[in-house]
Amino acid sequence: MGVRDWLNERLRYEAAQAFLEKKAVPVHRYAVTYYTGGVTLFFFVVQVLTGLLLLMYYRPASDAAFESVRLIIAKVRFGWLVRNIHVWSANAMVGAAVLHLAATFFSRAYRKPRELTWVSGVLLLGVTLAFAFTGYLLPWNTLAYFATKVGTEIAGDVPVIGRALMVLLRGGEDITAATLIRFFGIHVAILPALATVLLGLHLTLVQIHGMSRPISVRVRGEERFYPEFMLRDFIVWVVLLGGLAVVATLWPWPLGEKADPLAPAPAGLRPEWYFLFMYQTLRMIPGRIAGLEGEAVGVTLFALTGLALLLVPFLDCWAQREHKHPLFPALGAAAFAFVLLMTALALVAGM
Amino acid sequence: MDELSARPQRIRRRRFLDYSFGAALAALAGTVLYPVINYLIPPKTKEITHQAVVAGKAGELPSNSGKIFAFEGRPAIVLRTPDGEVRAFTAVCTHLACNVQYRPDLQHIWCACHDGHYDLHGQVLSGPPPRPLVEYKVTLKGEDIIVSRT
Ligand code: FES
Repeated sequence: MGVRDWLNERLRYEAAQAFLEKKAVPVHRYAVTYYTGGVTLFFFVVQVLTGLLLLMYYRPASDAAFESVRLIIAKVRFGWLVRNIHVWSANAMVGAAVLHLAATFFSRAYRKPRELTWVSGVLLLGVTLAFAFTGYLLPWNTLAYFATKVGTEIAGDVPVIGRALMVLLRGGEDITAATLIRFFGIHVAILPALATVLLGLHLTLVQIHGMSRPISVRVRGEERFYPEFMLRDFIVWVVLLGGLAVVATLWPWPLGEKADPLAPAPAGLRPEWYFLFMYQTLRMIPGRIAGLEGEAVGVTLFALTGLALLLVPFLDCWAQREHKHPLFPALGAAAFAFVLLMTALALVAGM
Repeated sequence: MDELSARPQRIRRRRFLDYSFGAALAALAGTVLYPVINYLIPPKTKEITHQAVVAGKAGELPSNSGKIFAFEGRPAIVLRTPDGEVRAFTAVCTHLACNVQYRPDLQHIWCACHDGHYDLHGQVLSGPPPRPLVEYKVTLKGEDIIVSRT
């Protein structure tokens, strides 16, 4: 009896293979959007692996964090590569997740029976942003320090629970060594646990329901998921891996200067690009709106938008009846345009 | 006839492609693993410098006693023999790397982990340690006990 048979008897991988071969991917004009999920998953896997490597040398203490990252970059063999890939891939993952969201949204792939796939996906996007936010502070450099200060301050503007939320995030009234340890714990334990559960659910649902076919798009046929589609998915991943390596080598992510809580905040402080639109909106909102504090109003609006995004499949009753009503794509396009405009304004103001 | 001669050709090409695919996969795996494995090898944080270290004050080390101090990032032991001589050794046991200590009652160096005994020159008296402790050079400069590599 060969190794193959022995393994098959125990793992029943032939059943899995048969399942994969049975799964079909529709072929049509917008079929390229089917890759966005796999691309996001690829960057996530890269984050997990490089993150585990960084854990070997990183020290989550305010008096050692910066030095340990510098050690990784300067002394550890290929440490610069691992760290740069982790940072670049984090940015790419946010981008890929947003693309995936847009692809799913505009093809109305969230409609019955995929509502929960959408909900888990939006939650995963939230987890991704939380990963990005908490990871940003870990090198304990000046920019990260003050950006986190501002970011948690904004969380303090959430109505009613804001203040408590801020203290909970910071582990106190201020950004201190306690904050760093808290963020580290969130970044390497809580969020990974959440992501595992959500991603497990998300991917299981995708397997159960298969690829969604957009409403009234002519499907030219279908191809097997395994091996045809998977092989092409894999080729995309290899190309992305190469791209990551090139970018990480040519454009090292600066480490900056060690945070000094007593030093004045640096000029031109800005959050990462994916938070720029919120930052810019909050900056442009007037101080008081109808007797309410402007910032609190803005934060509340963002929170409500997030909630609406989560509930899209239940709100879009046309799509549920396989109807192509233009309201939701129009709303989505408007939101997208708003985000782009605000990001552009923030970039222009920063120059 | 034609078909028969054509078929083995096909299979050979298929095989060739399979092998190429396997080789490409192996190359990819190697390219990824090479930096990863290198990354896991810790860098030397402290250069091995032949530095002299002040182990303590001569006055604070009575005869028939010893004291652990850090030398090149590792534990070392300085002791004063019952005859009043000052000596220094690595404090890392040659058996399984426990820290040794000076035993005034036995008047020699002892490792508590597996009952290893070393004499006042670092030579093994009994117990599992396979090699003697490395001795360092001790110089007295005023009150300071200065230890360096021989
Ligand atoms: S480690 Fe010292 S005797 Fe075993």
